[in-house]
Amino acid sequence: MIDTDTWQEIAQSLRTHKTRTALAVLTVAWGVFMLVLLLGAGKGIQNGVELQFRDDAVNSIRVYQGKTTVAHQGHPRGRSIKFGNDDFDRLNDNLDVADRITARYYPGGDSIVTYQNRTSSYDIRAVHPDHLYLEKSIITEGRFINELDIRERRKVAVIGVKVVEGLFEDEAVLGESIAINASTYRVVGIFRDEGGRSEQEKIYLPVSTAQLVYGAGSRVHQLLYTVGDASWEESKASEQQTRELLADRHNFAVSDERAVRIYNNLDEYQKVTDLFFWIRVFVAIVGAGTVLTGILAVSNIMVISVAERRREIGIRKALGATPAAITRLIVAESLIITAIAGYLGLLASLGLLELLKATIVENDYIYQPDVNTPVVAAVTLLVVFAGTLAGYLPARRAAAVNPVEALQQRD
Amino acid sequence: MIKLQDVRKTYQLGDNRVEALKGISLSIESGDFVSVQGSSGSGKSTLLNILGILDSYDSGSYTLNGTAIRDLTQKQAAHYRNRFIGFVFQSFNLINHKSAVENVALPLYYQGVPRRERNQLAMDYLDRVGLAGRAEHKPAELSGGQAQRVAVARALITKPALLLADEPTGALDSETSAQIMQLFRDVNDEGVTVLIVTHEEDIAAQTRRTVQLRDGDIARDERLE
Repeated sequence: MIDTDTWQEIAQSLRTHKTRTALAVLTVAWGVFMLVLLLGAGKGIQNGVELQFRDDAVNSIRVYQGKTTVAHQGHPRGRSIKFGNDDFDRLNDNLDVADRITARYYPGGDSIVTYQNRTSSYDIRAVHPDHLYLEKSIITEGRFINELDIRERRKVAVIGVKVVEGLFEDEAVLGESIAINASTYRVVGIFRDEGGRSEQEKIYLPVSTAQLVYGAGSRVHQLLYTVGDASWEESKASEQQTRELLADRHNFAVSDERAVRIYNNLDEYQKVTDLFFWIRVFVAIVGAGTVLTGILAVSNIMVISVAERRREIGIRKALGATPAAITRLIVAESLIITAIAGYLGLLASLGLLELLKATIVENDYIYQPDVNTPVVAAVTLLVVFAGTLAGYLPARRAAAVNPVEALQQRD
Repeated sequence: MIKLQDVRKTYQLGDNRVEALKGISLSIESGDFVSVQGSSGSGKSTLLNILGILDSYDSGSYTLNGTAIRDLTQKQAAHYRNRFIGFVFQSFNLINHKSAVENVALPLYYQGVPRRERNQLAMDYLDRVGLAGRAEHKPAELSGGQAQRVAVARALITKPALLLADEPTGALDSETSAQIMQLFRDVNDEGVTVLIVTHEEDIAAQTRRTVQLRDGDIARDERLE
């Protein structure tokens, strides 16, 4: 379609009109640049929010104790619902989709923790082995609470890395004894957690041990489980099943949502996912607008180019240029302008994103701004295609120029 | 070569209909050297544009080299202009950003002649008009006479059967005018039919036949010598 001669004609024409060419290139490059940057920023914000979910398993459901708000089967309203080991067993045995499940018991009060002559205060959680998965704790040394600890009510503790920093200096930690209030526990594991500092200042005990030590009988405060790879609908069904199982045991109305409070992490995740859908729609609209501006700019510039060159086109037609030859020349010109501009814009924006990725300080809002390369390449191709098309209409008009009139125009 | 039969052309200028040509009948033999004279508005430019297939006509017939020129597509018109006709204009109409040799070679570009070949030919024609030394100059760097000689070289490079010139010496002094007219005579001697539109008596006097137009009609048609 474009032979060497046409290339030379185009190169000459673009060289002759340097300012106009530069402006067109700049406009289109800017459009592509902004579009890629927008896509990158959108992805960065999404990554940033997804990072917030890294602390806990995304598919977790937490069940909290509440108070009844309606009278039910002779029980007055306002009754506190208290969880126990039976509730844990019941959910563990009956839930269809429970993958990992744990109870939590909080000893409460000040927990004074002592190692040798060093003392500090830490949050204590008494849990089942599966808690590891729910909180997405990462064991760095030793092990987490296991079934044997639960069964034998062993006095063992798994401590966070910040606890290690607070109580220990250079000594070996595993196998050492720490005192929590009056009782002594052997440290069997160290963990870290991506949820941040406070999550790493925890001490985990076997739930059975803590119930014994603190005289809590079979009391627990919270029930937590994950739903595996269940869908959002299945996870909602599981909430309902949990409510029914607990209502049956504690005699409250299933419809009484305050009797036990259920917090589904997938709900939040779903909300954020929905939000991102709309952010993507927004980015797409703004991006399309930016690109459209670029395309209009090319079209505009080609219109001006054609107007300025009316006389030249008239001469060419008098010398035997066919309308197709004129159209080809103008379209090829806009193709080259948009192709070069698209490429430059792409290069600049990808470069900036790489730079941002390398230099951006870790924060809660933006993480790893990135773009899907095939998507961006496709968008750039689209811009080039549309820009070429934008040159087509002025080209057609140029080709239809009446040579007699065109030749009367003065330069 | 050229046969016009009762050719009419009307323009709409605002509310007025202007009859530019009121039924022109004219035959020009191959190899003739004709001047068309007339005052401004006599229809001589319209006639030239129709002969050059740059413009259409309303009624009548026009036969060029045995081909009826009527209702041509743009593509066909471009083809005939390119193959049969060479144009020379009063204002030269060179393309400003192209060098002299590139301007001369341009008609061959539209014939698909390879670059090297057409530039070589263009150099030959520039040499013929005495401007081989100015081949790489842009039109702005040429004098009026030089620019018009480049334009003549461009008109001749396709070996047209018909050379049409619209006031070719209108922008030139008498010395360069004489050079251009000498070029036209040489071309005519080689058998090319030449038709010049002019309002200058002494230019018309150098041709072999002169046609006088007045208000869209032929007022006088005489053979000189």
